Amino acid sequence: MTGSLVQHAVLLSVVLFTLGALGVFLRRNVITIFMCIELMLNAVNLAFVAFSRSLGTFDGQVLVFFVMTVAAAEAAVGLAIVIALHRHRDTLDVDAFNLLKW
Amino acid sequence: MIEQILFYTLAALALVAAIVVIAQRSPIYSAFALIVVLCSLSGIFAILGSPFIAVIQIVVYAGAVMVLFLFVLMLLNVQKEADDPGGSKPLRTAAAALAAAFAVQVGLVVARARFASGPEQYEASTRKVAELLFSPTFLYVFEATSILILAALVGSIVLAKRDL
Amino acid sequence: MSPLIQELIEKALVVGIVTHGLLIVFSFCTLIERRVLAFMQFRLGPNRTGPQGILQPFADGIKLFFKEEFIPAGANKPLFVLAPAVAVATAFMSTAIVTYGGALTVPAFGFLPEWLQGRVIELQIADLEVGILYLFALSSLGVYGIVMAGWASNNKYALLGGLRSSAQMFSYELALGLSWVPVILVTSSFRLPDIVAGQAGWFWNWNCFVVFPAFLVYVVAGTAEANRTPFDLPEAETELVAGFHTEYSSMKFALLQMAEYVNMITISALGVNMFLGGWNTGLPFLPPTAAYGLVGFFTFAAKVAGFLFFFFWLRGTLPRFRYDQLMHFGWKVLVPVAAVFILVTAGVLAALA
Repeated sequence: MTGSLVQHAVLLSVVLFTLGALGVFLRRNVITIFMCIELMLNAVNLAFVAFSRSLGTFDGQVLVFFVMTVAAAEAAVGLAIVIALHRHRDTLDVDAFNLLKW
Repeated sequence: MIEQILFYTLAALALVAAIVVIAQRSPIYSAFALIVVLCSLSGIFAILGSPFIAVIQIVVYAGAVMVLFLFVLMLLNVQKEADDPGGSKPLRTAAAALAAAFAVQVGLVVARARFASGPEQYEASTRKVAELLFSPTFLYVFEATSILILAALVGSIVLAKRDL
Repeated sequence: MSPLIQELIEKALVVGIVTHGLLIVFSFCTLIERRVLAFMQFRLGPNRTGPQGILQPFADGIKLFFKEEFIPAGANKPLFVLAPAVAVATAFMSTAIVTYGGALTVPAFGFLPEWLQGRVIELQIADLEVGILYLFALSSLGVYGIVMAGWASNNKYALLGGLRSSAQMFSYELALGLSWVPVILVTSSFRLPDIVAGQAGWFWNWNCFVVFPAFLVYVVAGTAEANRTPFDLPEAETELVAGFHTEYSSMKFALLQMAEYVNMITISALGVNMFLGGWNTGLPFLPPTAAYGLVGFFTFAAKVAGFLFFFFWLRGTLPRFRYDQLMHFGWKVLVPVAAVFILVTAGVLAALA
């Protein structure tokens, strides 16, 4: 019963991760790409929680905690970079950011 | 039984919303769809016996990170993406094909794997997770994340501020 | 009848009573607030509809109900409609965690079904292990109602109001959460029933005396979180017309208003539970009689009423903050004070242990 639930949770995590990766490939807006990365991180969290349920331990939960911390820090720094980029280029299209320095 | 129904409903909701996230041209809609994904994942966490992670998911992701995203989207007044997807079409097709191949491959592995159903009574309550988090195994990592957050705090202010 | 169905019926009853009770308290809050403000400003306030204006909330409700439903051109229609729903839903969901009193024994009235007679009902909808973290999660979701309302209105004032409001709630939520930590440390539990039970006995056991600075931070941050004066910048009418609800009319406006008041009631009820002893009378010589559940409920209600009166009083007394002052106060005063006090509490507890 729970075994199949865990399995389906991991499958869902795979599909969500793929969708996130697809978004990173296909979207052009920096912020959307960013959100797709968050989606991928969340898919990984789901896998962690499912594995930790399946094994009956709590290590997965702690790892999710760390993933969330890193994601929050990453979002703060990333959005600051996005704001700085937008100030220089007036666009959020990733193709516009093709110089290392300007 | 109730667990099953809830799980599959939330999973379907998360899937549909995730598709909206990547298919939507307007970033604001993407952001709201992502909030739906996060909330339904939080429900799934609760069903899988992790109430603490479920709540933290809402507090950190839906409550803090996504508000930040919406803030930036509104402050920069982001418009819809152009209809022309840009880039080269073969590359995009290749990307989609690769993603599909990845999903099929890993999906097959997961579908064939046999998962232990775990203990009958499993609840990763706040106390248990906290005891492990502050145990010698993870304590130093935990302290390191606080330094990471401090660095992110300082870094984001330096990056975003026009002139210090 | 199977125990599951019995429990479902019991919970449905509690949910129904709490929801409707909150609606009634909300509608009379609007009236009492106007009367109290009028009294403080040497006016009369609404006193014509019914004796002492007691029917005024119903008149207001009917008036709002029959007003024109207006959606501005260029507004984002789905989000515009969704915003008040999100605000109200999160506001009501967060009341699920509040304890409204101790356990109540149903009296053995003849007309009640057999299983309900003498049944002990906890006056709380959901006793979650994560406890007040759940409330924290929902209050952070409540911001979306305001962000959506501000953005979907296609109005600059609404957008600015929404941004201001969400930035304010965002910043003060931090201080609010930090002000809970000393209480959690003292009780070593997230569950509200445990926190209330930890304050039993004489009233000097109440957390507002035990962790006084945290209580101060809670009151200030709670006022800001409920968007009440002196922190009602999102709707500063001299600057922003009416903030995020500028474009809302009729029932949608009423719903946004309802969400604000329900949030205020939740903040008061939570403050009473966490800092003012909850349903404890604070006088241990009162024996726990059969009617003690009701006594507890009325003690709780009286304390909440006091808390709400304090909010009205503030509105009649204090001028509004300027926006930069508000942000500076939140980040440079409240958050450091709360954080330092957590350290102090932890140190004292460790020294005592």
